Amino acid sequence: MYSNLLTDPLVLCITLPLLGAALTTALPRHAVPLGILAALATCSAAVTLGVDVWQHGALRLVLGGWEPELAIGLRADGLAVALALMANLVALGISVYASGYFRDPERMRAFWPLWLLLWAALNGLFLAGDLFNLYVMLELLGITAAALGALTGSREAVSANLRYLLVGLLGSISYLLGVALLYTAHGTLDLGLVARAIAANDRLFAVDAAALVLMVSGLALKAALFPLHFWLPPAHANAPAPVSAALSALVVKASVYLIIRLWLDLFAPITGLAAAMFLALLGAAAVVWGSWRALRAERLKLLAAYSTVAQIGYLFLFLPLLAVTPPGPPRDNLLAALVLMALTHGFAKSGFFLAAGLVQTNAGHDRIDDLGGTAQRLPATTFAIALAGSALIGLPPSGSFIGKWLLMQGAIESGQWWWVIVVTTGSLLASAYVFRVLSRAFGLEPTPLKFVTDARAEVPALLLSLVAVALLGLASGPLWTLLALRAGGGA
Amino acid sequence: MSLDLAPLLPGTIVLSSLLPGVFIFLVREENHLLRTVLNLFGAVLKLVLVGVMIWGVYLGQVFETRVQIAPGLELVLHADALSVLFVTLSTVLWLVTTVYAIGYLEHSPNRSRFFGFFSLCVSATVGVALAGNLLTFVIFYEILTLATYPLVAHRGTPEATRGAKIYLAYTLSGGLLLLVGAVWLRTLTGPVDFVAGGVLRGMPADMHRELVAIFALLLAGLGVKAALVPLHGWLPQSMVAPAPVSSLLHAVAVVKAGAFGILRVVFDVYGVEFSSELGLLAVLAALASFTIIYGSLMALTQDGLKKRLAYSTVSQVSYIALGAALLGPIATVGGMVHLVHQGIMKITLFFCAGNYAETLGVHNVSQMDGVGRRMPLTTLAFSVGALGMIGIPPIAGFVSKWYLGLGGVEAQQYWVLLVLGASTLLNAGYFLPILYRAWFRPLPNEWPHEHHFGTRFETMGALLWPPVITAAFCLVAGLFAAAPFSPLEWAQLIARREYGL
Amino acid sequence: MTAQFLYGGAGLILFVLGLWSFLVHAPLLRKLIALNIMGGGVFHVLIAVAYRGDGVTPDPVPHALVLTGIVVAVSATALALVLGARLQDEQRQG
Repeated sequence: MYSNLLTDPLVLCITLPLLGAALTTALPRHAVPLGILAALATCSAAVTLGVDVWQHGALRLVLGGWEPELAIGLRADGLAVALALMANLVALGISVYASGYFRDPERMRAFWPLWLLLWAALNGLFLAGDLFNLYVMLELLGITAAALGALTGSREAVSANLRYLLVGLLGSISYLLGVALLYTAHGTLDLGLVARAIAANDRLFAVDAAALVLMVSGLALKAALFPLHFWLPPAHANAPAPVSAALSALVVKASVYLIIRLWLDLFAPITGLAAAMFLALLGAAAVVWGSWRALRAERLKLLAAYSTVAQIGYLFLFLPLLAVTPPGPPRDNLLAALVLMALTHGFAKSGFFLAAGLVQTNAGHDRIDDLGGTAQRLPATTFAIALAGSALIGLPPSGSFIGKWLLMQGAIESGQWWWVIVVTTGSLLASAYVFRVLSRAFGLEPTPLKFVTDARAEVPALLLSLVAVALLGLASGPLWTLLALRAGGGA
Repeated sequence: MSLDLAPLLPGTIVLSSLLPGVFIFLVREENHLLRTVLNLFGAVLKLVLVGVMIWGVYLGQVFETRVQIAPGLELVLHADALSVLFVTLSTVLWLVTTVYAIGYLEHSPNRSRFFGFFSLCVSATVGVALAGNLLTFVIFYEILTLATYPLVAHRGTPEATRGAKIYLAYTLSGGLLLLVGAVWLRTLTGPVDFVAGGVLRGMPADMHRELVAIFALLLAGLGVKAALVPLHGWLPQSMVAPAPVSSLLHAVAVVKAGAFGILRVVFDVYGVEFSSELGLLAVLAALASFTIIYGSLMALTQDGLKKRLAYSTVSQVSYIALGAALLGPIATVGGMVHLVHQGIMKITLFFCAGNYAETLGVHNVSQMDGVGRRMPLTTLAFSVGALGMIGIPPIAGFVSKWYLGLGGVEAQQYWVLLVLGASTLLNAGYFLPILYRAWFRPLPNEWPHEHHFGTRFETMGALLWPPVITAAFCLVAGLFAAAPFSPLEWAQLIARREYGL
Repeated sequence: MTAQFLYGGAGLILFVLGLWSFLVHAPLLRKLIALNIMGGGVFHVLIAVAYRGDGVTPDPVPHALVLTGIVVAVSATALALVLGARLQDEQRQG
């Protein structure tokens, strides 16, 4: 048991980045090679885990040989693996990019331990099997994210990320009170056991509902669901580029993942259509408002940050559709489309931010109106922005095109056609803000002689965007198979 | 060709320009030779593959590439008679346009970017042509929008950026309407495969109102690219693009994709008889007729040569929609064959317009006095194209108009003859003055911006031969309309299949 | 039983008071104190849950949670203080 615990990919996904964080702290001079090594190792552990789950179905692991009520439990079902795979591939791309990004050695040394800790928290969050571990990972994620976001040390960055930290703390405390209530009511923290207890015990509806409200609103704050998004744009726009990419593509996504997890797995018996409709209305407002603000943004990174607010909104539109769709292929389609949109956004937004960072370092600023020359000097970067942008709009063949197609299909089929209007409005606004940037790339500046100018920075951005545009859009079939691998409930 | 390769062929035809396109992006700007080799390799390879496919389809072989994107969502590339018509048109014209574009952009910047998107654009067009279901059609239709945007914006001048923006605003909004229509239709019927004769005939009567609404969405989406009035606003604006791009927009890719989509929806989704039952054909016919007259009237008032040609496109492309809107195989033949005929005639005209601009700096009709004497071969090609547009036999355009008129009579819609007559007069009204100026007015003392290429011909070879060749196509398509494998014969084959004759 | 309810109820009241204070007070220090009070409230609830009657060993799980929670709260507070101090330094210099 103990011998194979050390080599179990489920454990390694969390311990390897922790080890990396320790090593890069201890040996700061070698932070870059050690960090890259840890990144590669973690990513391969995640891929191995993915292969394992693909072959053998959902996995569970109880650490330390305790009873499931007491022990730290890890579990990997299809949903968790899908998000973890995305997160780890994106994180690898960010690591490669970051290895050349920081000019100041002090920042670089500070970056790696925090970044690997954040990575460990992310993996822990996707793979944790009980409510309290989720809380710990959530807090670790929030703290490291805020610390990384403030890394530039500029006034705007520090104050934005201080606000981000406080908001995050408020969200996690609210979540923790929810956990305390659930433990009071059901005496267990294991996700599967709590789910069964909620389903079996409708006398405790009031407590469960209170826990649901506390946990979901706390997480919605961390996920920047409109109107709780106010903290996100300044925090994401002022962080160093690789950090912005991680914050927008992964950290926010982790909270959304948790909401989906709780909503669908844990609280399914008590979440009605009305509650789902409420969240979806907020999501719709996020789509319209976020896209509108992105269109009006003066800076490239601020545009990307507002676009995240909008993209998160789309994910909530699925909730009322899932609420009225009975189990079967149509529901599987909706769930897969939801995950597909989350994954596509992860790849596309990280690619977008990495490219935007390169534009910023090259131009010395990221004011969209004055970017013409830079966009033309860096064809590969501009191309990455174009690819990522078309995935954000939801143009084919990106994954979000398939996602939006299925979303609209589900909306029409369940008679909630108004979401189609939200989706089309959002797409139009997104086209407007993406092409507002891209139109700067066609000017009269002298032409560059080659496509790729800075491979270490441009190739990750290009590859991440390319995954969002081509791979997820044209070969998303395996996602359905993966999502069908559910955990069998409790211990 | 062995049987087991048949499922790969349509996909390979799309990839044959896509992959060279991707490599072209990576080619260093000054490596003219490698880029040209990649361009021509893709174009010729595609032509050969299409040749194989035509032969196979003629023998009744089925070519179908199916890729599952997700459960229930399939990417289908399927070669039927209609797609072969469009694929052949775009492949042949792409080869010619590539040669022309290489000559045209000889010394301008950003060539790798240009030819990269150029190849993507043709790949998307071929994808539109080969799409076997509505989903696949929508995917390639949107990719086409994305791939042409950089071409329209290519020059980088403020006007180019503005034209590209307008182009994008129109086409992306149209694309969204098309998408909503396609999704809605799918919720009613499941996957919408293109089948000759349509797939919706059996739908219950209480769904007919929804089907009409969906048709309106689809038509609005397709009408933007097909430049149906009032959705045509982008076309004259995007005239700022370089001449090879205009040729591509007007003759090979964008406008054609819209018109082709209308044919697909009317014939292979709704079915022409069912469309007529729903009253959709009458609306389409009215829109198309109005566009034909309106475009011609606007063309009369333009002094810019390319703008005049652009409005002429607005008008001429609607002949295709008009053919689809008249119930009866003869009108169908007229519409289908005009898909090809308009393509070869219009591309000739745009090539010539580009030649006048590049060689003499002539951009306006009023500057064209005597160009026929300075550039006889180009002007001869232009004349063939223009007379064909008017409908003078034996040039291709005459065949289209003849069948459309006959189809109108067959369908007992005699007003079609009026529309055709009026349009022919207007065509003559805006083309004949150009020809008169070019051939019979005296040469000016000096051209606005003359450019000598140092060849013994009137202009550079790569610019001269493409219009001459396409003008020859116009004559051949008209003269040998009854020969096997002519566009007309092929259009008749399609019409027979659509009407189950 | 009443003691348990009183203790847990007080925890909830602390949570609400902390939330109120967090929302209405702008200065960083007050916000941090408010957050810690909210955390304290949650810990109260957990400790109340652990109680299983006089003479019976309390449930160890909530205790473990409270301990972990305190560690997390302390580190988060520390980071917030560092960031706040950095801001204040800059304000003085600028």
